[in-house]
Amino acid sequence: MTEPLSQSVYPVTREEGAETEVILAAIVDNEPGVLARVVGLISARGYNIESLTVAETDVEKHASRITIVTRGTPAKIDQIKLQLGRLVPVRRVIDVTNEADALERELALIKVVGAGEERIESMRLAEIFRARPIDTTHSSFVFEITGARDKINAFIDLMRPLGLKEISRTGVLSIRRGVESD
Amino acid sequence: MSAQTAEQLKQAPPPRAQARPVLKSGADLLLDALEEQGVEVIFGYPGGAVLPIYDALFRRDTIRHVLVRHEQGAVHAAEGYARSTGKAGVVLVTSGPGATNAVTGLADALLDSIPIVCITGQVARPLIGTDAFQECDTVGITRSCTKYNYLVPSAHKLATIVHEAFHIARNGRPGPVVVDIPKDVQFEEALYTARADAQKRNCIVKPPVNSFQIEQIVDLMRHAHRPVIYTGGGVINSGRAASEALRALARETGFPVTSTLMGLGAFPASDPQWLGMLGMHGSFEANSAMHDCDLMIAVGARFDDRVTGRLDAFSPGSKKVHIDIDPSSINKNVRVDFGVVGDCAEVLDALVEEWRRRNAQEDYEFARTRSWRSRINEWRAKKSFGYERAQNAIKPQYAIERLFALTRGRDVYVTTEVGQHQMWAAQHFHFDQPNRWMTSGGLGTMGYGLPAAIGVQAAHPDALVIDIAGDASVQMTMQEMSTAVQHELPVKIFILNNAYLGMVRQWQELLHGGRYSHSYSASLPDFVKLAEAYGGVGIRAETPDELDAKIMEMIEVRRPVLFDCVVTQEENVFPMIPSGAAHNEMLFGGHHVTGDEVSDEGKALV
Ligand SMILES: Cc1ncc(C[n+]2csc(CCOP(=O)(O)OP(=O)(O)O)c2C)c(N)n1
Ligand SMILES: [Mg+2]
Repeated sequence: MTEPLSQSVYPVTREEGAETEVILAAIVDNEPGVLARVVGLISARGYNIESLTVAETDVEKHASRITIVTRGTPAKIDQIKLQLGRLVPVRRVIDVTNEADALERELALIKVVGAGEERIESMRLAEIFRARPIDTTHSSFVFEITGARDKINAFIDLMRPLGLKEISRTGVLSIRRGVESD
Repeated sequence: MSAQTAEQLKQAPPPRAQARPVLKSGADLLLDALEEQGVEVIFGYPGGAVLPIYDALFRRDTIRHVLVRHEQGAVHAAEGYARSTGKAGVVLVTSGPGATNAVTGLADALLDSIPIVCITGQVARPLIGTDAFQECDTVGITRSCTKYNYLVPSAHKLATIVHEAFHIARNGRPGPVVVDIPKDVQFEEALYTARADAQKRNCIVKPPVNSFQIEQIVDLMRHAHRPVIYTGGGVINSGRAASEALRALARETGFPVTSTLMGLGAFPASDPQWLGMLGMHGSFEANSAMHDCDLMIAVGARFDDRVTGRLDAFSPGSKKVHIDIDPSSINKNVRVDFGVVGDCAEVLDALVEEWRRRNAQEDYEFARTRSWRSRINEWRAKKSFGYERAQNAIKPQYAIERLFALTRGRDVYVTTEVGQHQMWAAQHFHFDQPNRWMTSGGLGTMGYGLPAAIGVQAAHPDALVIDIAGDASVQMTMQEMSTAVQHELPVKIFILNNAYLGMVRQWQELLHGGRYSHSYSASLPDFVKLAEAYGGVGIRAETPDELDAKIMEMIEVRRPVLFDCVVTQEENVFPMIPSGAAHNEMLFGGHHVTGDEVSDEGKALV
């Protein structure tokens, strides 16, 4: 046992794979404290929540839908899903990223400041992405764009060299495709 | 009420006697709900925010109240009560400091999955959030150390919430639930909601047993050459039936059984198939069997780091089956081949039944495991819990051995504090029945044992309840001696007095070059005088030849006893798997290790 051991007994050495971004949705009882429980479970593990949306979605059944974007290794994400499922007010957990029939959308407002060629190019790209200018001055646009998170990220990347100034995003919403509901 | 509903009411069958709804105060509704839940005893401590409840308690004699001396003690006592009876334990404390003092107990109950309902007082609703006197955000503070918690919004909701709290505390993986009741809700009047009508959300339902999975597992079992059954606290929590099913399965299959610290007693220690406890201070045969097995059946255990040691070297050649009520426990630390979500008793019963069915149809080759059994016997022959005797001084292991021997034939329950004495108790005190051994496994809370013993004794007034204690731990909740004396709970506090924070000293010896930084218990009280000061009985034993008589004296006296058992100071707990090592890298007694023997990663694990 004198040779230096590189292995730790803790799961850090486990074959876990790389960290990926995931979108999880939880259908929960709409009651005080439920958001704190869900968020606390994730943040207590030192994970950052990259976006979060929550609103009551079924008044009669007192249900809310919380959609969370976070990052982690597959094993950690599995744990988070199972432990979320264990919370008393959580009815169901949906892995939006991995379930084929889950739809996701996000809305972003993006301010771009510039002039000349760059300004024209930003407008042209906005058309391709179906982003709408909702405010205009001689030197700025505010675009409104909706779409999957990836699409919005791509649009933002394209705007960066063209005078991207400020971003506001709603966070991801999700829903099931087809006739079935969550 | 509309005419129509009045009409319907008339047609309804005659209501039961006294079913006419009466308005009652929140405090009375609470007690009604506790009564309906079958609560016999509450461990509590009054204060401003629960005075209405204490007032209501004063006016009825259906529920016994044990007044503790610190709210942490109330929760541990309720844990002792719960673990020795299989029922939920109930705690009542006031707002602010009452609630914060209870937090350690709640965290302890959460980690050991103990069903507790803890009622806390809260300032009146209009004062919440104003930094009122004795206000604290109880639901915020206890959110992460309870299974669930409530702030009761109105007296109307109170009874239904209390019923649901018991439902959640008891079902699925059990745990503590806090019900925070504002003072004005305790005065407010409302109608009672009966248990049958209360809301009950599903906290993990018992999933039905999957018979296909059971067949596959029995297939594995019938072909295993080196099987082992590894059980945990879940078998105890699942109730008597789970222990019976475990015994039946072991008897039918001949498989050896080991257990975690939490699961001791589920399988009889006197059985030849018993391997002893596993883990960091477990037996050589248990850990070796875990390391070398080809089939591991984990039941109600959770692959804790104290059990697995180095994860990448944990039982490398085995197929693993994991049976647990909590789906998030499966594959958490160790990847398993079969995860079975279900109640231990039901799954074990199904395994036994399937095994018997196969026996009737096909021959089972018992010989397949013969060489495994003989290997286990070789490991056993090492007698890894052995220690060197001393002539003139009491060895701590010897003290436990004598305590065990001298209490045979009695109705014994044992609690412990945390430290070396806890491990020696687990190694040298043996249990043949579940619910007889109460120790803080998950949180490792020093100060657990004395109040837990009080809770056990409250549930079993005629039993012999012993707290195997350390000189340091016992001082953390020593004031509960006063509770024991007041309520005539004749608990026996058996202190293995080594004048050290022994477990800390051991780690400093093995891991930190023998630099005993602040682990010597200087200025220990005179425990005999202390016992007398509390109105209890103090006994001291200093030599092996007086030990038996002194222990007998302790057993015979029907009052709380502090037993100061003066033991050798520098004894270490062996065997030991240092943190960061694998199961087959055990250290044994008499082995001199230096700080270099443990990897830096291992040191970091504590
Ligand atoms: C509340 C709390 N604080 C600190 C610890 C860390 N700790 C574990 S064992 C131990 C020493 C216990 O000493 P003692 O009760 O005398 O038992 P011994 O090990 O000597 O048998 C300490 C300080 C703990 N487990 N719990
Ligand atoms: Mg000590």
